[in-house]
Amino acid sequence: MPRTSQTALSRLLDEVGAVDQVGVEERVAKFATRSIKKASKVWGLRMAVSMTDLTTLEGKDTPGKIESLCRKALRPHDDPDVPAVAAVCVYPSMVRHAKALVGGSGVNVASVATAFPSGQTHYRTRLAEVRGAVADGADEVDMVINRGAFLSGEFSRVQDEIAGVVEACGASALKVILEVSELETFDNIRMASFLAMGVLRPGDFIKTSTGKTTLNATLANNQVMIEAIRDFYMDTGVAVGMKPAGGIKTAKQALHFLVAVKETLGDAWLTRRRYRFGASSLLNDLLRQIEKEKTGAYQAPYYFSDAAESY
Amino acid sequence: MAATRKTSGGTRPGLIFGDLWEFDPAPETADPKLKSRYDLFIDGRFVRPRSGRTFDSINPANERKLAEIALAGPADVDAAYRAAGRAFRGWAATPGRERGKYLFRIARLLQDRAREFAVAETLDGGKPIRESRDFDVPMAAAHFFYHAGWADKLEYVAPGRIAGPLGVVGQVIPWNFPLLMLAWKLAPALAMGNCVVLKPAETTSITALKLAEILQDAGLPPGVVNFVTGAGETGAAVMGHPGAAKVAFTGSTEVGKAIMRQLAGTDRKMTMELGGKAANIVFDDAPIDQAVEGIVNGIFFNQGHVCCAGSRLLVHEPVAEQVISRLRNRVRVLRVGDPLDKNTDLGAINSREQLGRIRRLVASGVREGAQMYQPPCRLPERGYYFPPTLFTRVTQSHRIAREEIFGPVLSILTFRTVDEAIEKANNTPYGLSAGVWTDKGSRILRMATELKAGVVWANTFNKFDPSSPFGGYKESGFGREGGRQGLLDYAHLA
Amino acid sequence: MNRIPVTKTPKVYIGGAFVRSESARTFKVNDATGAFFGNIPQCTRKDLRNAVEAAAKAGPGWARRSPYNRAQILYRLAEMLEARSGELVTSLVRFGAREADAARGMSVGVDRLIHYAGWADKYEQLLGSVNPVASAHFSFTVTEPMGVVGIISPDNPPLLSLLSMLAPVIACGNTVVALASEKVPYPAILLGEMLATSDLPGGVVNILTGFRRELVPTFATHAHLRAVYAAANGEERKAIRLGAAASVKRVRFTDIIGKEWFADSAQGLEAIRDFVEVKTTWHPIGS
Repeated sequence: MPRTSQTALSRLLDEVGAVDQVGVEERVAKFATRSIKKASKVWGLRMAVSMTDLTTLEGKDTPGKIESLCRKALRPHDDPDVPAVAAVCVYPSMVRHAKALVGGSGVNVASVATAFPSGQTHYRTRLAEVRGAVADGADEVDMVINRGAFLSGEFSRVQDEIAGVVEACGASALKVILEVSELETFDNIRMASFLAMGVLRPGDFIKTSTGKTTLNATLANNQVMIEAIRDFYMDTGVAVGMKPAGGIKTAKQALHFLVAVKETLGDAWLTRRRYRFGASSLLNDLLRQIEKEKTGAYQAPYYFSDAAESY
Repeated sequence: MAATRKTSGGTRPGLIFGDLWEFDPAPETADPKLKSRYDLFIDGRFVRPRSGRTFDSINPANERKLAEIALAGPADVDAAYRAAGRAFRGWAATPGRERGKYLFRIARLLQDRAREFAVAETLDGGKPIRESRDFDVPMAAAHFFYHAGWADKLEYVAPGRIAGPLGVVGQVIPWNFPLLMLAWKLAPALAMGNCVVLKPAETTSITALKLAEILQDAGLPPGVVNFVTGAGETGAAVMGHPGAAKVAFTGSTEVGKAIMRQLAGTDRKMTMELGGKAANIVFDDAPIDQAVEGIVNGIFFNQGHVCCAGSRLLVHEPVAEQVISRLRNRVRVLRVGDPLDKNTDLGAINSREQLGRIRRLVASGVREGAQMYQPPCRLPERGYYFPPTLFTRVTQSHRIAREEIFGPVLSILTFRTVDEAIEKANNTPYGLSAGVWTDKGSRILRMATELKAGVVWANTFNKFDPSSPFGGYKESGFGREGGRQGLLDYAHLA
Repeated sequence: MNRIPVTKTPKVYIGGAFVRSESARTFKVNDATGAFFGNIPQCTRKDLRNAVEAAAKAGPGWARRSPYNRAQILYRLAEMLEARSGELVTSLVRFGAREADAARGMSVGVDRLIHYAGWADKYEQLLGSVNPVASAHFSFTVTEPMGVVGIISPDNPPLLSLLSMLAPVIACGNTVVALASEKVPYPAILLGEMLATSDLPGGVVNILTGFRRELVPTFATHAHLRAVYAAANGEERKAIRLGAAASVKRVRFTDIIGKEWFADSAQGLEAIRDFVEVKTTWHPIGS
């Protein structure tokens, strides 16, 4: 068995190409030196708001929490120039509540599924969860790939499982979480990206992480994935979207991610249809910076609804 | 299992790098604290040149005058050497531990004023503020800091021998990394106990004379370091002065040869760091995006005004199309413009003369049948600018494959086998640096063994460190700078 | 009425924080005139254990820093010491040192730190190598820090000896748990304050105060200390070697005593070489 997985690994790596980690880190360091000011800053901040998947994924989520989240998603701030977010992201049991509040508004309901975050249940259970969420009205499904299978070299299985979830989604869009912290190497992230994209449709996404481990989205793993998306697009014409999730807490970081998109994928990906931020506290920092640009004064966190900081 | 479906031929989808999200200007606003006139720095003081003559330093970004610089004549150069000679006894007798502490002070003071120096460097030379801020100035400080620590460890420089200073050294440096080249020259010379007479390049004298202020603040004894500003004549006077125990020159191969001829018949020690036409070699198993980034760093860093620039891309035929198409996309997002804008990637060409040279060689490339690609970019109306340029269908016989352009122009050739890559890479009178991009470790080591270059970068490019020796083979010069090896060139071994 | 001065509570510097002994014990220290000075923490083997954990936690980060970065931090430590050398000299004199000796010791100490700052980004070129092997391989030898190193410093000179012992050990990426002089512990307490303001990450150097007879045995036997560097008499040396055997600890003793610490011979590359591991790697050269 080790022999088979060895061959499959080197075949896959050969097909998609290797990634040099130090090289990627150096490339993305340049994104972080970009200085985005004035009107271009406001543009970027508003774009980031419109790309946000406002998320709550806690064991203690209740309909009340969902209501609060959805109100914020629909109208993040009193400023009429601030757009609504792209979607709310919730557990399957909360989909109905969310749909009742945001259905038809333009803000989508995204549901995690497939035994998020670990994925460690039978495949049939994972599929059933997807169907259930879709039936409850989820416009988008965020799934996790089978990391155990990936790391044992069972690449066909990983891909087939994703294909099955695509089918179960029907008309709903699919986002495929690779869980970069568990894949560890950039070679693995690139390979997993291609495995997923091979069975995705235009309008689907690949996503960095569940947000439930200690290492989530960074400029570097975002870069590995958007380069994969670019290469796949150039080869096949299929445009897959990207969603970095977890670890993006400040507006400044978000702007750097957008610079990466601008310089790697180009203008066609600077839209909520092809790029999302999986975040919760990021939204208020975006609002805080937008308000600062508008008034000229630095803002305190508690001026914004749902802010956690009281100090 | 379909991982990636490679299309062969047919129309390929394209990416849009347009103006959907235009960046606003983001100028660096720190004050460079420039003076309107800079004098010579001799014997610890700023002094007027004997002739009273000055020349103008202009900002290549907008062709406006920045300052007047004193023009040193032979009498001034002589005065500088005499001051250095007088200071030498005391300086050489200063215990290494104390000499080192002066160099540590210089490093720290430069770090304190880093932003001010970065802006001054950008204004005087044209390089983007991002580079002077993030590379030139910190690296210059690091050179002083590193060499400071050698001053009291000279017994380790040459095992079995006692390493001491040579005396007064004459140094001439180029305009492409003014402050950094100054640090590369001063730091090892001073650590070894030598005294210095140095001439900055005529288009970039300002940061040297600002550093003279730091030398004063650091309390460096007068005469240990002297700066004489001027052009070719002044340079010849510095190189040819009988008071020099050793000379060090960084600049073009042409001028290097002239200096060697000038000094024939003397016993003057010399080191030369001259031009290059480095091959950046990409194999089919290279991580392609990182290789592309390395290619871009290799030729567009500092507008290509780099002796070790990767100005020839040798790409393995099987991946040539892929690499070139990604390279084209990458250069489309390079930002050319005002060097003081924090988002600028390519700044101004250093001088009108240099711009003329670049244009002439590029024209020769077109004339000789190579295929030119330049991404659309809006160049400022005033100032000296040149867009990033790629030439494909280049062969070894093209002038643009053999002559050093010293600009943002990449000549792209292909190869079929490892042996052919080595042949083509070595097929040049130069031998300063080379790049190798491959995932295979043994191949890296073989290439490193066979490439006739003083610096080989594997899966990276343009990496420098004060501890890492730098210098060339063949007509790229001789002698090394950096590390223990670099110190040997400033040492008298007893 | 004369103003009543505020006396400082001496605490030990462990894990980047200033703490009392976990046992809450202290011992009285009088100054050279016999007057009461302060109550110094009487550290236990549990304090030592905690310090080793802090040093182990700080280890990977410290080892991964660039040599240039470590050099800059050591230099900054020298800056802190130089700036507060007056205070250090005063404390040494208070505990019986001659003013001239204390002042000279301070100068030597600061310069010694700078000496080792200057080694941090150089020793590799002298201790490592590329090996001209007979086969088609690239064989190279590099050094690596050992890990957590225990340091037991002598009573005289209390501060200079401690500085001289810890500087080379941390310059090459190790982290340290040190035992200060038993008779004159207060200058080491001040040193802790300077470490805290020098950009040195917490946990890289941890300084304990207390009694040798209570702590030396644990320095010898704690398996997570990869090396022990000690100023010790014959009996202590034997005990240390005996305890160290169970974990094959690297043991180094210094023979430098008293005024010899002031000399240039008390510093050099050997002090670094004693605390690095050496690793050789081979890789084929070919196409």
